Amino acid sequence: MTDIAWIDAALTAARPQVLAALLRYFRDLETAEEAFQEASLRALNHWSTNGPPRDPAAWLIFVARNYALDEVRRNKRLDQLPDEAVLSDVGDTQDELAERLDNAHYRDDILRLLFICCHPSLPATQQIALALRVVSGLTVPEIARAFLVSESAMEQRITRAKRRVAAARVPFETPGPVERRRRLETVAAMIYLLFNEGYSASGGDVHVRIPLCEEAIRLARLLLRLFPSEPEIMGLTALLLLQHARAKARIDASGAIVLLEDQDRRLWNQELISEGLVLVEKALRHRRPGPYQVQAAIAAVHSRAQTPQETDWAEIERLYAALERLQPSPVVTLNRAVAVSKVHGPTRALELIEPLQAPLANYFHFYGVRGALLMQLGRKDEARADFDRAISLARTAAEAAHIRMNLDRLSA
Amino acid sequence: MLYAILCYEAEDIGWWSSALDDAIMNDRARRESGLAIRGEIGPVVWLMPTTTALTIRSGRRRVVLDGPYAETKEQLLGLYVVDCDSLTEAIDTAMALAQGSGTMEIRPIRQFRDTGSAGEFASRLRRTSRSAHKRDAP
Repeated sequence: MTDIAWIDAALTAARPQVLAALLRYFRDLETAEEAFQEASLRALNHWSTNGPPRDPAAWLIFVARNYALDEVRRNKRLDQLPDEAVLSDVGDTQDELAERLDNAHYRDDILRLLFICCHPSLPATQQIALALRVVSGLTVPEIARAFLVSESAMEQRITRAKRRVAAARVPFETPGPVERRRRLETVAAMIYLLFNEGYSASGGDVHVRIPLCEEAIRLARLLLRLFPSEPEIMGLTALLLLQHARAKARIDASGAIVLLEDQDRRLWNQELISEGLVLVEKALRHRRPGPYQVQAAIAAVHSRAQTPQETDWAEIERLYAALERLQPSPVVTLNRAVAVSKVHGPTRALELIEPLQAPLANYFHFYGVRGALLMQLGRKDEARADFDRAISLARTAAEAAHIRMNLDRLSA
Repeated sequence: MLYAILCYEAEDIGWWSSALDDAIMNDRARRESGLAIRGEIGPVVWLMPTTTALTIRSGRRRVVLDGPYAETKEQLLGLYVVDCDSLTEAIDTAMALAQGSGTMEIRPIRQFRDTGSAGEFASRLRRTSRSAHKRDAP
């Protein structure tokens, strides 16, 4: 590994903490980002000749802060701006800086930075884009490629998002427990969304999207390290790890989706699975169940089965029932129905999903699942109608291709 | 004499991308294999992220806490057990294994006991170990 690669990784790893601290000083995302950028350039020069510092984050904060202060002073001479408005609590000595780095403040600082990126005033797509830009430091072209939109469109989306969060004025005081919980939940939801953005994509663009999943896992681990006793954050991290462990087995060489029961389980990443299983167990020790933990527990049951036949469907059914109680939704019931069909047969499952047609009238998976159940019962015409409907609702070519395979089976 | 080489570094640097992580692991394997051929390197242990850790604090009551024992900027990422004739040789070995920016601690081993199940243990470990996983994959 070259030094440059290491410096690059160290800069990326330090980024959330450094930006969070700079945001606290300057209360302005643009200033913080620009200062970080400058400090990173200096780090590239300085670290490659003098070796890396003992604490890269502290080095970067110090250099970036001094640079931004100089900039503010220079602008002040030019524009005669009152600096009090811009500089909230700058002027600390280096000792105070070091102290602030060491105390627990930085947890709330990083949480605030993450929360700003997924501020409730932003639509979901802007939240993810902003987090990738600000927290992960991905470039606009990289994000544009991941979302399959043009660079200028992505640039615009991020600029708009920044303007909105600046207007939203997230307070800088240390949040109370209720506010902290709300922020944690919002950030967790954004990370989950980011992962799904990468996970649900398929077909030709799958390789482009894997970085989104990896990024989501990195953010989840970061959040968990900041809040190590939060069972739901353990659950979220475990869920992402267990799902991502199957990435290689999910898509075949032609780009088609491979369903769980058809996957080559030797392609599952056992290292990620082990980490996920440990986290599920750690979370359950707290006896404070939540939706992420239950979903992770479901993924864990699948991960433990070496063959599809070994899958403990009764346990999965129980877990989906628990999830239904925690977070009632027709999609969860649909998933429970799949487990029910494995344990009690397709008739019971069909009864369970009959009331879901109205709420899931435009949901691809509803018709896919019902079609498959009808097919099992030999009700071919009804199955065909459902599969046709599913194809019309498919979002990707791979989804449609999978349903077509079922249609072929029907006519065979 | 046996020495433990303990590796410390900020763990999130390797989290960044699977490509970089793979590069680090490949580089590591290359460095290890040279020593393994000469029979100088024994058990190699790489630890999962500290987010998976629990800490048991003993006292009047034993308490189980989430997270690693020490909250530091560098985490214990793993360790090697090596067989060297002198401390100087152990230092050379550690230098040959060193990567990136981390810190390595060389600690002479006071006692290294084979509890009788080491062989069986190693084969069980292979199932979760990354190098085994990578080798098995086409």
